[in-house]
Amino acid sequence: MNYRSPLAKVLGHGSAKEGSAHWWWQRLTALALVPLTLWFTYSVARLSGPCMEEVYTWFSSPITSTMLIAFIVSLFYHTQLGIQVVLEDYVRHEGLKILSILAVKALSAILIILSTISILQVTLG
Amino acid sequence: MGKLSLPENSVVGRGRTYSAEKKSNRLKKFKIYRWNPDGDANPTMDTYEVDLDNCGRMVLDALIKIKNEVDSTLTFRRSCREGICGSCAMNIDGTNTLACIKPIEEIRSTVKIYPLPHLPVLKDLVPDMTHFYAQYASIKPWIQKRSPPSAGRENLQSVEEREKLDGLYECILCACCSTSCPSYWWNSDRYLGPAVLLQAYRWIADSRDEAVGERLDELEDPFRLYRCHTIMNCTNTCPKHLNPGKAIAEIKKLIATRS
Repeated sequence: MNYRSPLAKVLGHGSAKEGSAHWWWQRLTALALVPLTLWFTYSVARLSGPCMEEVYTWFSSPITSTMLIAFIVSLFYHTQLGIQVVLEDYVRHEGLKILSILAVKALSAILIILSTISILQVTLG
Repeated sequence: MGKLSLPENSVVGRGRTYSAEKKSNRLKKFKIYRWNPDGDANPTMDTYEVDLDNCGRMVLDALIKIKNEVDSTLTFRRSCREGICGSCAMNIDGTNTLACIKPIEEIRSTVKIYPLPHLPVLKDLVPDMTHFYAQYASIKPWIQKRSPPSAGRENLQSVEEREKLDGLYECILCACCSTSCPSYWWNSDRYLGPAVLLQAYRWIADSRDEAVGERLDELEDPFRLYRCHTIMNCTNTCPKHLNPGKAIAEIKKLIATRS
């Protein structure tokens, strides 16, 4: 039997006093991705063909690598924040929920570090 | 995971059909969800033919006519019959609304009536609102003051301050919005839902209240508030034409700007 009152069930362990940072960063990264995606698509489309020389020249500009890193970080961080919401919405099992969110966070962090190092390696030659 | 199929004992079966006794040119079919907690029978959809020439304009008029004249076991809540008490909230023709202000003529074919979605059913069209009311109680829906009352004066409010409550104070807590919200379906154990969040904002927006900070503290939670993904079913379905989606956005804005 469960004799806890309906109000006690609703109050639970109280408010987590967080969530606004998640909400705010999801919107900020979404906003940042609008110009960054346009820039990325435009820049890649402008490359004439599969010529490594040209790509290296494009990469060697510090502006290109800065923009690329900004694009990659916003993209993977935004993806992680979004998938986290979906997991919180639909995964009922508490342990599985925490594990899957941690896995997505780790994957996103690894992808951000890997991409950043790769970009820097090409840029710094 | 979220459950997408009905449990076996909730699968809706075919029910009885009550044909009209007299011929009429304006017979309307009502298919109504029936479930009786006594016994183990599954829910059914019963069909009733109603002569619209001898019935009031609204869906509630038809329900009352059926209960009075055809089948007295049909169970539903109703009280004011003018859209101010919120008792007769139900799912009519696929949309949550108040039976008393929903004209029958707006529904082209058979009128299908279900209880509010995703609440435990007590009987027929009567859902269990206990949890919803407890959620409402949890936001402390009353004015909280720290300043001592000024002697012999009421808590004054200017016309402009009072106008900020327009679009909020009209909420009758019928739960049409909350039970139309997919986020509330999946996570109502922790998500407060549009109705209760609109009510929470009603007190945050009240110039006389002195507990806005604490109210925002209590709401700042990934589940209580941030399960709202601006799906906007709430605003679309509200029978009083209010905008819970906007009230929730205002709460999020206040929390974001105070940090």
